[in-house]
Amino acid sequence: MGRVKFNIWRGNGDGGQLQEYSTEISEGMVVLDAVHQIQAESAPDLAVRWNCKAGKCGSCSAEVNGKPKLMCMTRMSDLPQDKPVSIEPMRAFPGLKDLVTDVSWNYRVKEKIKPFKPRKPDNDDGTWKMKQGDIDRVQEFRKCIECFLCQDVCHVLREHHLHNEFIGPRFMVYTAALEMHPLDTEDRREQLKQDDGIGYCNITKCCTNVCPESITITDNAIIPLKERVADRFYDPILNFFRLFTKSDK
Amino acid sequence: MAETNILFERRGFGQTSRKDLWWVQPVSVFLGLSAFIVYATWAAFQGEYYAFGNYLSPFYSPEIFGSSPHSIFGPKPDWWPMIVPFSPALLILWAPGGMRFTCYYYRGAYYKAFWADPPACSVSEPRKKYWGENRLPLIMQNLHRYFMYLAVIFVFILIYDAWKGLWFVNAATGEEQFGLAVGSIVLAMNATLLGGYTFGCHSFRHLVGGFKNQLSKAPVQRTLYNCSSCLNRRHKNWAWASLFWVAFSDLYVRLCAMGIITDLRFF
Repeated sequence: MGRVKFNIWRGNGDGGQLQEYSTEISEGMVVLDAVHQIQAESAPDLAVRWNCKAGKCGSCSAEVNGKPKLMCMTRMSDLPQDKPVSIEPMRAFPGLKDLVTDVSWNYRVKEKIKPFKPRKPDNDDGTWKMKQGDIDRVQEFRKCIECFLCQDVCHVLREHHLHNEFIGPRFMVYTAALEMHPLDTEDRREQLKQDDGIGYCNITKCCTNVCPESITITDNAIIPLKERVADRFYDPILNFFRLFTKSDK
Repeated sequence: MAETNILFERRGFGQTSRKDLWWVQPVSVFLGLSAFIVYATWAAFQGEYYAFGNYLSPFYSPEIFGSSPHSIFGPKPDWWPMIVPFSPALLILWAPGGMRFTCYYYRGAYYKAFWADPPACSVSEPRKKYWGENRLPLIMQNLHRYFMYLAVIFVFILIYDAWKGLWFVNAATGEEQFGLAVGSIVLAMNATLLGGYTFGCHSFRHLVGGFKNQLSKAPVQRTLYNCSSCLNRRHKNWAWASLFWVAFSDLYVRLCAMGIITDLRFF
């Protein structure tokens, strides 16, 4: 495939710049292979986080030609090579060094979401019975590998830096997995509206577009949660009728 | 909420590292929606050439007051203010218009195309402040479900219009007889596409079963939810196809009524 030029972000928490490198690309290489080759050939101090090289650990998230992607799942043959390929760290999080960002904010957010609260066990031995059809919906959300590409592309975090008011698509998916679970009895709608900032999502579907696990984040997680929040806070007619019926959560 | 410090400062409007033609989609949406708004506004204010025989333009259906034989309560009422222009379409178009304006798909599309919020994924925005749908006026988008309820009624009205489009008056006997013409197909297609769009709506999907966590206990709701989910997977396609076709249906009826084209009758 020949020699390809790369513009790779070099810097630390105080700032940095794109630096040009070039390396020989062979058939079947992914972007992470190219970065490792550049490390070996010309930039031994280039920092890059990676682990499985199989699209399952979510470590090697970066922005390749401006698009949030897993470097290990982005084939060089899919990128135009007449211009330098740019590789930058995720813009929604603080940089640590080169392509490595500090994603610990996500872990702190996760701790604040109301945990799973199952109903009483169905059986004497402390187990439950569930229908596969009921659990299918939330199994999609369990595919998440926490690469945080959806958080990176979300303009509420990336552009407006509203990390203090909006939990981002990843944790909308996490909340949806709990909230829609057939055994769960917790009500997270007030938390979604007040603390998690679900109203900030304006349904751009960028998160869905970048998800390497093809989770339909917007349509299957965020919008259903928005509808549940609307049930509770923005539907006076429904709430009037609920006065006379048994509420479903 | 947890705090974090961001390394990267905001870029200027439209700046991005993307190397693809990211602007094509928002520009296409802008042009498509603008063309529809201009045509629909023009057609709604015309107030004539909206009915042709058994056909009624979907922009004017149901015709609550109006001069065509399709009118439910007869001609324009006397109490209608003189200074307000009258058109039967203006009485009803707010409902399907509201459905589309508050639709989750269109919201995402026009926030990008008309408001650059953002212009495209990973592309910088023109404004620093952002409230999302947390405050007025955009918090009103949460009323989408009410427009959906009305849109469901409109779908059944349009199905009735499509049915009427299959019954032609025999000039010799004066009786109605079953038939098929290009206009019948146009109106049937319109009802089908609007049905696909409305019944695949996210709010409809929530209403028929999405709000439940254990659908296995409600087989009817489970079936409806699965059907709605099936349509919802292509909601964008239904939205665009139905938008185009409703305007085309109006144009077809209008051109027939004006005598510019002849409605081809198959039998």
